[in-house]
Amino acid sequence: MVRLGSGAGYSGDRIEPAVELVERGEIDYLVFECLAERTIALAQQARRLDPESGFDPLLDSRMRAVLATALRRRIRIVTNMGAANPVAAARRIAEIARALGLGAVRIAAVCGDDVLEHVLAGNYRFEETGTRVRDLGDRVVSANAYLGAQPICEALRTGAAVVVTGRAADPALFLAPLVHEFGWSMDDWQALGQGTLVGHLLECAGQITGGYFADPGIKDVPDLARLGFPIGEVEPNGDLVITKVAGSGGRVSAATCKEQLLYEIHDPAKYFQPDVVADFSDVRVVEIGPDRVRVTGGKGTPATGMLKVSVGYVDSYVGEGQISYAGTGAVARARLALDIVRERLRLTGVRMSESRFDLVGVDALHGDRGPRAAVDPYEVRLRVTGRAESVHEAARIGNEVETLYTNGPAGGGGVSKHAREVVAVQSVLIPAAMVKASVRIVEAAS
Amino acid sequence: MKLRELAHSRAGDKGDTSNLSLIAYRERDYEHLRRHVTAAAVRAHLGDLVRGDVVRHELPNLAAFNFVISRALGGGVTRSLALDAHGKSFSSVLLELEIPGPDPAAPATP
Repeated sequence: MVRLGSGAGYSGDRIEPAVELVERGEIDYLVFECLAERTIALAQQARRLDPESGFDPLLDSRMRAVLATALRRRIRIVTNMGAANPVAAARRIAEIARALGLGAVRIAAVCGDDVLEHVLAGNYRFEETGTRVRDLGDRVVSANAYLGAQPICEALRTGAAVVVTGRAADPALFLAPLVHEFGWSMDDWQALGQGTLVGHLLECAGQITGGYFADPGIKDVPDLARLGFPIGEVEPNGDLVITKVAGSGGRVSAATCKEQLLYEIHDPAKYFQPDVVADFSDVRVVEIGPDRVRVTGGKGTPATGMLKVSVGYVDSYVGEGQISYAGTGAVARARLALDIVRERLRLTGVRMSESRFDLVGVDALHGDRGPRAAVDPYEVRLRVTGRAESVHEAARIGNEVETLYTNGPAGGGGVSKHAREVVAVQSVLIPAAMVKASVRIVEAAS
Repeated sequence: MKLRELAHSRAGDKGDTSNLSLIAYRERDYEHLRRHVTAAAVRAHLGDLVRGDVVRHELPNLAAFNFVISRALGGGVTRSLALDAHGKSFSSVLLELEIPGPDPAAPATP
């Protein structure tokens, strides 16, 4: 059996549960999944300014928290915290190992996901809009292919204590240790499908142990403040039990596993991955003990031969301003304020291709579909946001909210405003054969 | 009754597509949900909150459904102007759907 611990479900995730996993989880592998769709594009921009940057900003904190214990207990770490610069991340981990006096440590960086040149040359078509990459001109900042389990397995075969990747399919971070340990063939679609299921369930960390689940009165979760992160116990045939560190907070139940199973899935019978098209349509979920759930029935069919590529580009600039009103008449004053801002943005000729005028607490999330309250809320927050072609133009939107202080209705307070560049992401598919992944070794000497 | 009394949900996002799981608390309510929480009912319930179509996938083994909604996230999570750009709170919209209560005399199906 192999025990996989999931130490992070996103880049900003809590660090303490990962420490708990290495100290008390009796795990063989600790996986940190830290790379959202857009993160790598932002990291690519950072790398342009500083060639030794471009990896996850919490790399230091996470490694300092777990590395010594992981090495002592022979727990191997797999992570995509390399983001836009896995080699620099590997060097950084080596520096940390030296600084902590941890002796000789081998770190493997998985490279090759950066396919910007190829994607520009091929002028691929975007999946969602049908437009083409070169239609974006010089606004394209990155293109990274989702690598599969094979290069991660190659990195594990070097004996590295830490494997750090850039863009890889999230489930592949978990599938690779299973392929490596059990010697699964890369055309054993049933095993790869079940292994993808393991990875999919674990990749969001606390989202399967009771995080993002609680709804007081109908879906209670014990001790959520000390939420423990999940452990996947996997047998050589792929059979899986999801559990967590004994004594940690949270809960693993059939219901928490089902919610995570369907999270960010489209057709459950066709979950497209670099190594397999996984099929979750026959999955069964059975509670076999306290905080222990068996999940079986993952299947698969051959991979498509195409890899998904996230293309990051500078889309636009967004400006936003917020201000709060309270007490009797708060909603009426906030609506008056919205009308004033709308009119002023028009009078002063602020150019916006799209805008929103929301009352947070009334209609910001879902429009005015909620039941009409008999009385207005005691307080309400106005939010105006719009899309512009320059950061200067975008800043004018928040300014027209701020000026409500002395030029708007009575009693507005707590203004916030910002204007930012929006780096957006769209996807293309490219032939897998075009992507040449490789492994670079960085050694920390003792 | 509100759907919230019979099932729970989690929203996910990929680009401009949102998916909403719907999981029965009791397996015996699956058929009742299958009858009343159709793709068309969900599409009508979401109204102008989303722009695309709703496709429903059925998972009888899990007593669950997966609703996949296209053009749901203001052109994509990474560029949406919405306060909740990911549409994370759409699960709460779904659970507000009013449906008839299940017949308490109906035989329990496994």
